[in-house]
Amino acid sequence: MTAWAEHEYDVLIIGAGGAGLRAAIEASSTGARVGVVCKSLLGKAHTVMAEGGMAAAMANVDDRDGWTTHFADTMRGGQYLNNWRMAELHAKEAPDRVNELEAWGAVMDRTPDGRINQRNFGGHRYPRLAHVGDRTGLEMIRTLQDHGIHQGFEVHMEVTVTDLVKDGSRIAGAFAYEREHGRFVFFKARAIVLATGGLGRCYRITSNSWEGTGDGHSLAYHAGAQMRDMEFLQFHPTGMVWPPSVRGILVTEGVRGEGGILKDKDGRRFMFDDIPDAYAHQTADNEEEGWRYIRGDKEARRPPELLTRDHVARCINRQIKSNMGSPNGGVYLDIAWIKEHITDHTGHIKKKLPSMYHQFKELAGVDITEEPMEVGPTVHYAMGGILVDPETQMTTVDGLFAAGECAAGLHGANRLGGNSLSDLIVFGKRAGEYAAKYAVEHGDVHPDMAAVERARLEAEMPFDHPDGENAFSIQNDLQSLMQDNVGIVRTESEMQQAITGIDSLKQRMESCGTGGNRDYNPGWHTALDLKPLLTISEMIARSAESRKESRGAHHREDYPDKDEQEGRLITIIEKADDGGMSLTKQELPPIREDLVAIIEENQKK
Amino acid sequence: MSTVTLRIWRGTEDEGSFEEYSIERNPGMVVLDAVHKVQAEQAPDLACRWNCKAGKCGSCSAEINGMPKLMCMTRLDDLPEDKPIMVQPLKTFRTIKDLVTDVSWNYAVKKKIKPFKPRKPDAPDGTWRMKQVDVERVQEFRKCIECFLCQDVCHVLRDHEKYDEFIGPRFLIYTAGLEMNPLDTEDRISDLKKRDGIGYCNITKCCTVVCPEHIKITDNGIIPMKERVVDEFYDPLTRLFRIFKPSKKSKAEESS
Ligand SMILES: Cc1cc2nc3c(=O)[nH]c(=O)nc-3n(C[C@H](O)[C@H](O)[C@H](O)COP(=O)(O)OP(=O)(O)OC[C@H]3O[C@@H](n4cnc5c(N)ncnc54)[C@H](O)[C@@H]3O)c2cc1C
Ligand code: SF4
Ligand code: SF4
Ligand code: FES
Repeated sequence: MTAWAEHEYDVLIIGAGGAGLRAAIEASSTGARVGVVCKSLLGKAHTVMAEGGMAAAMANVDDRDGWTTHFADTMRGGQYLNNWRMAELHAKEAPDRVNELEAWGAVMDRTPDGRINQRNFGGHRYPRLAHVGDRTGLEMIRTLQDHGIHQGFEVHMEVTVTDLVKDGSRIAGAFAYEREHGRFVFFKARAIVLATGGLGRCYRITSNSWEGTGDGHSLAYHAGAQMRDMEFLQFHPTGMVWPPSVRGILVTEGVRGEGGILKDKDGRRFMFDDIPDAYAHQTADNEEEGWRYIRGDKEARRPPELLTRDHVARCINRQIKSNMGSPNGGVYLDIAWIKEHITDHTGHIKKKLPSMYHQFKELAGVDITEEPMEVGPTVHYAMGGILVDPETQMTTVDGLFAAGECAAGLHGANRLGGNSLSDLIVFGKRAGEYAAKYAVEHGDVHPDMAAVERARLEAEMPFDHPDGENAFSIQNDLQSLMQDNVGIVRTESEMQQAITGIDSLKQRMESCGTGGNRDYNPGWHTALDLKPLLTISEMIARSAESRKESRGAHHREDYPDKDEQEGRLITIIEKADDGGMSLTKQELPPIREDLVAIIEENQKK
Repeated sequence: MSTVTLRIWRGTEDEGSFEEYSIERNPGMVVLDAVHKVQAEQAPDLACRWNCKAGKCGSCSAEINGMPKLMCMTRLDDLPEDKPIMVQPLKTFRTIKDLVTDVSWNYAVKKKIKPFKPRKPDAPDGTWRMKQVDVERVQEFRKCIECFLCQDVCHVLRDHEKYDEFIGPRFLIYTAGLEMNPLDTEDRISDLKKRDGIGYCNITKCCTVVCPEHIKITDNGIIPMKERVVDEFYDPLTRLFRIFKPSKKSKAEESS
């Protein structure tokens, strides 16, 4: 028996979320031989959970919108740490990508005149999110899946990549194992696209699924790629808090987009208390104006609940910390109050937020049309990730590309809601296109087969100590460590504790083991997850420690203000020659002049 | 501290047994939490699928006390407390291990169904115009999370094993969703009758009962498709009429 099966592709795509599938469709359209691998079944990737919508300045609802405003909103939301070229491409190309989904069978909600409808979301100046109720991600992934299965690429489901293999400085393949029987597979590939999504599972309270273990981040890092901005981790302001079993599950921002308000334990609407200067001129200063905005009054300004996520999460955190929160450690999110304004409020809520209605009814026993929800911050999205070229999405390793949540640059210090789904299709397409081009231009590869053999031995290691420590307990300890020490509000000493803690968990990982056999064995899988989880946790903690200012999603108690100098630098992490983690700072390139003018123009509005 | 006992299938299609596990019970716990607790504390190699833990991905399907359900949306509070909770894999598909079944047949079936084929765009910018009321029915079917619980419960597959002749309720409404899409120009009616076995469905509605998305699979999807099949194959008048009415959709759309 050979130690592993082999497959060969021009382009291998790791991940079948929105980014991976869009890349696969594009690469296949060039005639390239394309393979896709994913850890779950097709159609189950994290993208399926996205709720609120995808941002694209189609101007279907408000004709004042356009790519320049979307660009400016994205840059301001990201506190100008974004890669400006990515923000530009994203704003310009998102409308075409969304319309293309319709051509492939997506059925989005309509405006009265029959176009794709768009809704309000935090940080977006105009209603901009194309959506289907609150199940937009499902619509996206199903559309790409159902279109994709007829495009000729091969899908390997329930296959997990554990290592990348190179040919000199160029990427050459990926080593993986399949769940069903634990057999090994080696994929030889001329180009690889990482589209592995997020990393929230290194925290205890997260909206991410079991897949969100930062595999792509870790694979790229260990293959020598540079990472950027790992300190910027988005805490979504509204996760469920009760009962304990659902803690962290997302409550879509769409609730606030439809008029939901945040209240403390006394029923006071606290978001009017603290409105950042940069947004003051765009934010309503009274409840009546806020409501008019929700109802589409173009003269009205947005309610403060729709400020950016980093800000809303911190305001909620403050209420909870000062004992003004709800009984189970959250605050109240109330959509039922709209009955003061809408006659059939029950029907309206069920139509606009059907899955939220069911989620609370079935999991928490709460009827959101009558009662407020209890919500609190939850780890949601990684703005940081693999450094990529804005045009091609190639990483700093030749032939290795990255797109979607595992890639970084578009969102800067804070992502606006809805900008991820559009990111997936805009840059997924680009990654697929340029990876296929690279494969053609660079020809055959000769993978380092000794490295493949090393990858096999590493993957088998947990079986060497069947009585070793259970991987689940190490994972739990890591989650608590990160939750307690690298949270919404950060301090030097806590982060150093985290770094020390991670070191000792690495020791425990060495001796961790698994019993049972190789057939569909979650204990084994969890043991293999530890390496990426520890790698990304260390990246987050080290980057966070290095940024001595507060900006966007990164808030330092010991450096509570923005620092102009720090604000021009991005944090780069890469693997040093000695195997340690090297951290450097890189100056952001100056923004192109016409784009500076666009930003300034929009700041005045 | 109250405990809860689960009896979980351990093994493959061919061999295995129900094993009993007792765990501590937390407030609001769902069956998936209980299974995870068993996994983390007592049986690390216990296999199950899950992703979202919020009823959105359709991964965690199983038979709980004999009923096909999503483990993540079934609260322990809603199950009888005085006896162990039985958790077993979907019967209709081959068990790979424990609670994980081989659902690849479903992916193969979908691939055979003719894909979406839109009419020419309505506007010069390449976009279409559709009324919300005209897309609502299609949107109902598109809520499907592909949990395959309906496939599991349908007797044509479960008891009669017509895997080669019948595509099952999931793919009948998938086809219905394509057929009722106002933009689509493809014709799948003949396939529905000849290849997909729509005639095997005798409208027992078991599929509708188990659907976690509350899709009215039978009433809104299968029955209208059966009507179209009847129209097309057994009604010469309708067919003649169609020759003068170019759009294959218009009749059924207007009459429903
Ligand atoms: C509850 C929720 C709601 C959200 N709502 C919105 C919203 O309304 N709007 C918005 O814009 N964004 C939203 N987001 C964010 C957005 O959904 C995600 O950022 C996005 O879906 C990520 O897509 P992706 O394609 O990058 O990766 P994913 O969809 O996460 O897919 C990752 C893929 O990579 C595979 N993979 C990972 N590691 C490996 C490995 N080692 N080997 C093989 N395969 C691997 C996985 O199996 C999976 O197929 C939401 C997120 C959550 C959690
Ligand atoms: S209604 Fe038809 S498809 Fe549904 S379960 Fe009954 S026989 Fe099967
Ligand atoms: S129709 Fe309902 S039961 Fe059937 S697969 Fe879809 S969601 Fe599941
Ligand atoms: S885990 Fe997604 S439906 Fe249960």
